[in-house]
Amino acid sequence: MKMNRKKAVGVLITLLSIVLGVVWLTPLIWLVGTALTETSFHMTFLPTTPFTLDNIKYVWNAVPFGQYYLNTIILVVGTFCIQFVTSTLAAYSLAFYKFKGQALVFIVIFMQIIIPNDVLIIPNFMTLSELGLYDTKLGVMLPFLGSAMAIFLLRQHFKTVPKALGEAAMIDGANLWQTIWRVYMPCAKPAYMSFAVISVSYHWNNYLWPLIVTKSPTNRTLTVGLAIFAKSKEANMQWSNVCAATLIIIAPLLLAFFILQRQFMDSFVSAGVKE
Amino acid sequence: MKKLVGTLLALVMVLSLMTAVAEPLQLTMYFPVNVGGSAAALIDAMTQDFNAENPDIHVDAVYTGNYDDTVTAIQSAIQGGNAPDLFVSLATQRFTMADTKMAMPLDDLIAADPEGQTFIDDFIDGFMLDSYVDGSIYSIPFQRSTMVMYYNKDAFREVGLDPDAPPTTWDELVEYGLKLTNENRKGVGLALNSGSAQWAFTGFSLQNCTNGVGLMSADGKQIYFNTPENVEALQFWLDLQNKYEIMNKGIVQWTDLPTQFLAGEVAMIYHTTGNLTNIKNNATFDFGVCFLPAGRQWGAPTGGGNFYITNGISEERQQAAWKFIKFCCSTERAAQWSIDTGYVATRESCYETELLKNYYASFPQALVAYEQLQYAQPELTTYSAAEMWRILNDNIQAAVTGEMTAEEALEAAQEQGEELLADYQ
Amino acid sequence: MKQKMTKRARRETAIGWALLLPALLFMCVFTVYPVVRSIVLSLMKYKMGMDAPEFIGFANFTRLFGSSTFWKVMRNTVSFALMTVIPSMVIGLVLAMLVNRKGRHIGFIRTAYFYPSVMPMIAIASVWMFIYMAKNGLLDQMLMSLGLAPMDVLSNKATVLPAMAVMYVWRESGYLMVFFLSGLQSINSDVLEAAAIDGATGWKTFRHITLPLLAPTTLFISTIAFTNCFKLADHVIIMTEGAPNNASTLLLYYIYQQGFTNMNYGVSSALTVIMLVILLIVSVPRFFSQDRKIHYA
Repeated sequence: MKMNRKKAVGVLITLLSIVLGVVWLTPLIWLVGTALTETSFHMTFLPTTPFTLDNIKYVWNAVPFGQYYLNTIILVVGTFCIQFVTSTLAAYSLAFYKFKGQALVFIVIFMQIIIPNDVLIIPNFMTLSELGLYDTKLGVMLPFLGSAMAIFLLRQHFKTVPKALGEAAMIDGANLWQTIWRVYMPCAKPAYMSFAVISVSYHWNNYLWPLIVTKSPTNRTLTVGLAIFAKSKEANMQWSNVCAATLIIIAPLLLAFFILQRQFMDSFVSAGVKE
Repeated sequence: MKKLVGTLLALVMVLSLMTAVAEPLQLTMYFPVNVGGSAAALIDAMTQDFNAENPDIHVDAVYTGNYDDTVTAIQSAIQGGNAPDLFVSLATQRFTMADTKMAMPLDDLIAADPEGQTFIDDFIDGFMLDSYVDGSIYSIPFQRSTMVMYYNKDAFREVGLDPDAPPTTWDELVEYGLKLTNENRKGVGLALNSGSAQWAFTGFSLQNCTNGVGLMSADGKQIYFNTPENVEALQFWLDLQNKYEIMNKGIVQWTDLPTQFLAGEVAMIYHTTGNLTNIKNNATFDFGVCFLPAGRQWGAPTGGGNFYITNGISEERQQAAWKFIKFCCSTERAAQWSIDTGYVATRESCYETELLKNYYASFPQALVAYEQLQYAQPELTTYSAAEMWRILNDNIQAAVTGEMTAEEALEAAQEQGEELLADYQ
Repeated sequence: MKQKMTKRARRETAIGWALLLPALLFMCVFTVYPVVRSIVLSLMKYKMGMDAPEFIGFANFTRLFGSSTFWKVMRNTVSFALMTVIPSMVIGLVLAMLVNRKGRHIGFIRTAYFYPSVMPMIAIASVWMFIYMAKNGLLDQMLMSLGLAPMDVLSNKATVLPAMAVMYVWRESGYLMVFFLSGLQSINSDVLEAAAIDGATGWKTFRHITLPLLAPTTLFISTIAFTNCFKLADHVIIMTEGAPNNASTLLLYYIYQQGFTNMNYGVSSALTVIMLVILLIVSVPRFFSQDRKIHYA
């Protein structure tokens, strides 16, 4: 009797979770369906027109998405690489050195955690202009090159590495950088993975800051390109083209997520929690 | 030894001269596109033609979104110290452009150019009006438009209306609208989103005013939003939506309206001539173009973009930019541009070209905008134009969504607008 | 000996700072300095076209506090936060409980809930704009096929914020779900088993054991959720630009508009300062949960 009830509850939960899953997927299904079928005057949830790649082709030619892809990749990779270095050094310092003024550093880190960068667009825009870096890729990256989240995350992992390991390496004649590289970084691999996932998805998806500081197509990101396209609606029956453009920009990250879903979700949790 | 140095020096000089020749002057231009179709591709093509003809100059045309986005882009680029050399922006931005010293007055360039004055004189007066700030020319008319009415002739036939007699007055608009409205179709369509409502409203204000002055004074320092005639005009919009129910309630987007028209969901729409080519290419039914129906008199807003040259660029760059502007506005180019987009050709001489004559013969709908120009006046143009637009748009929206009455909304707009202009009195 | 220690300490300080320097430099220039700068500029009149800012005390603030638009924006921002944070936390918890199991399909279902979080907000807004589009949009089509009147939610002042909130809850619930999930998984299963042996039923276990154990997680999640929600502007830019009559203008969009459309740096800096105060308030729980976090990391 009890067993049956438990089983029934289990089935109910499964059913409910599947129904909700379908509800959650609805916009994506519609998006993909509309992007990949011929345009029609009337929007329908499930496509009624035949399959086509014309929308994708049209949008790809109408908007320099190839260039935007390249820009975005350069930005994402560049930002991550520099963050990688700055955060590793800073995290190592905060994990193993005791010195005066450290508390101040934690205050700065804390400030960055509670104040999202988007909020500071006005003063940061002015600073960037004064540096002469308006409309440059470096300008888009600059505010993110010191990442409090990454420092915190890495510091936490470095601290779990037994001190003896590091000391042993030092005795073997390794210098500071070699010690970090050979001992600490391999131990903190999961932390680096999380930080990579967060950094890449953040910068792939970021919009407001690149919108403000880039103007030329040679620096525009995918998100900015999509927004210009979606707002101008150059084409007539816009939704299939806008959907096609949207699909073009979300596809890489979404695919990566579907493949590495566990890694993604764990990364978001560890980044959020350890912020 | 001396000889060798001499030769080397000469070589270096020759080389640097050669590179100077090989390396054309790089100019950047920002431009917006606010209509359907492929205007962006046309501007790219025009730029390429110019670059081919002028090997010493290379213009890089950067598409920066719609008008609003382009204004923002120009402002932040100038503030960001990375200004374009020239740009296309709304004619209504000229007071702001002059006031903030973003754009330069063009008088000296025109005076220095032997053909300068003839060039300017050839522009249609109605458009050239939109170029002066305190007597100086700040911009050159380019993608200029006016509002016309597009109507679905098939729908007219279907309900027993004469397809060649579109409405000529507000009363007829209502009368025809009532006939054309059914379950699947509205009679009238107007775009009321921010950035569009103020344009259409300029037209209604001009049609209804009694003194020939619509919304503002010519110097851009006074506004007259709350006159009884303007309240009446706004009330007419509300009546179209709520009393007669021949227009969609709420706020239809500028970019959605042509789509609705093409889909047969709206029978008569108020839209820019800049959309003519787009509608012509995509309409699956017989359509007509006509004057905006008159109130007390005919009236229509002009709008669209002008060329500006950025303040503070070198003289060499000014000259190159001026050359480019003249190229784009040459009679033949301006005529072709008008045919390709539906924008109104900006110069009198355009209308004497075979190109445009033949075009009008084959496609008479295109001529309507030109004929209507005699009744047209500039759209809302003041100092701090972007903010002023927002004020009028917000308050019109407040009336449309039922938050305020027409009178309250325009009173509020007047009050906020006067506060904004206080700095310039 | 003492001499040596100081020498070592000095060396340690030097290396410590040297390693920190690159990251710290960027953080100072782009986080600390802009905060200070916003505060300073908020006391200035500074518009485009002016050569230099002009000190005017609190005039920017008094002007804002006297403006009905400002209060409308603040009302919108707060009600949008309430409309999104609480529902997305509740739904996030429900989703987490639904998928806190093992099984083949679980991975797939979690993916379905979470994927909106890896999409850019502007992509989401572009898609949802068509869902909400007047008449032709999916929502209105659905309503009409049911014989109801189309709602045109985005151009109605009463529905525009709730409509955006639904979209945002759809995105945010899945994101918050993963935090709840990790919170749930850190609850010792012995405790739950003991409760079961004592005869506690599903609801009772949840109410008296799971929920109290989740309290620190929940507090922490609320901070994330509020912070995320206050920094939203992208979807407003795409969907409405604040229409109708600022019914959908949120604080960050207002900052953007004042700063980059109206080019009024003084007023937008004053708004930035107000935003900073709000963020400080919603971050209060972080001060208390510092050590607890480590439990479920």
